[in-house]
Amino acid sequence: MTCPDYVDLMMAYLDDELDCEQKKVFEEHLASCPVCRGELEEFKRLNRITDEVKFVEPEERIWNLYWSGVYNRIERGVGWILFSISAILLLIYGGFKAIEELIKDPTVDIILKAALLALIAGLAILLVSVLREKLYFWKKDRYKDVRR
Amino acid sequence: MYIKLKSQCKVTALNLKKNFGSWEKLNGFCTDEAIAIKQSRRGSAKAFEPIVRKYMKQAYFIALGLVGNHEDALDLSQEAFFRAYSKINQLNPKRNFFPWFYQILKNLCFSHLRKTSRHHQQNLEEVDEAQVANSTPSRFDPYAIAERNEVEERVWTAIGQLNEKHREMIVLRHFQNLSYEEIAQILLCTRGTVMSRLYNARKKLKELLDK
Repeated sequence: MTCPDYVDLMMAYLDDELDCEQKKVFEEHLASCPVCRGELEEFKRLNRITDEVKFVEPEERIWNLYWSGVYNRIERGVGWILFSISAILLLIYGGFKAIEELIKDPTVDIILKAALLALIAGLAILLVSVLREKLYFWKKDRYKDVRR
Repeated sequence: MYIKLKSQCKVTALNLKKNFGSWEKLNGFCTDEAIAIKQSRRGSAKAFEPIVRKYMKQAYFIALGLVGNHEDALDLSQEAFFRAYSKINQLNPKRNFFPWFYQILKNLCFSHLRKTSRHHQQNLEEVDEAQVANSTPSRFDPYAIAERNEVEERVWTAIGQLNEKHREMIVLRHFQNLSYEEIAQILLCTRGTVMSRLYNARKKLKELLDK
């Protein structure tokens, strides 16, 4: 084994994650390798420095209010879904009614009616096309059932 | 604004682990947690509360280590819990909650960092390029994370300059005090990968501190 092979063992040795046998193997290498000894000392120095770091703990009030912060988001999430669905339904219904009125109105110019119908047909084609594309890619997606 | 605790970071992390405990049982799945998740799946937001209370400190401190300031850490960790609740049906019932949740939290933190870093770089377009390259990400505030101390400020500034993978390794090992097995579980990799990533992360941190 060369020194790079001992790199992983060095980390585990430093963090006391080696079993007795691995520890013995690494210590034998360490006794004969001044480069690894030096590097290990450097990493020990780094650990001593990071050990000195102290976190600033938020005050208790933050923890007491933490759940309500999450709950408010959940509640708002449900609110947004309901709002969006009802807004879409109302828009579709209102739009349908307005178009119906317009088409039935004999005073409205026939060109305007034709343009409106063409606009609706165009939007419908675009919508169907996008949905079909999404459905196609969803069916082909090999990772859609992957769960972590 | 904050109470500055004198206990060392590692002691905090050990206490956190003692309090939260369950996910470290790698092969056992806590029954209470399983029940809470089952009820959350049925749409009970209240059932999700014990899970949030159990992991909130751990989530907050991980986010703090990754994004580097209190407000963002609090906001992102709460957002991660909200997203976890919304996607709870995607959690495999046989898997522990925390490793799955960690993926959501990590992705949120890193995408937030990328967004703020882009914004920061745009604001600094007229500043010297080398200065931008050596700067810590926007809003990464060493004073907000650690007590005012020259060594600590240097450590956090250096951590702020690490790339995502290296920073993640340093935060999980040095500041959350997780074992290799636990790190491997939440990063969805092998123990060997943890060791080599940790070596590279520590080497980079050492270089930055020696600068």
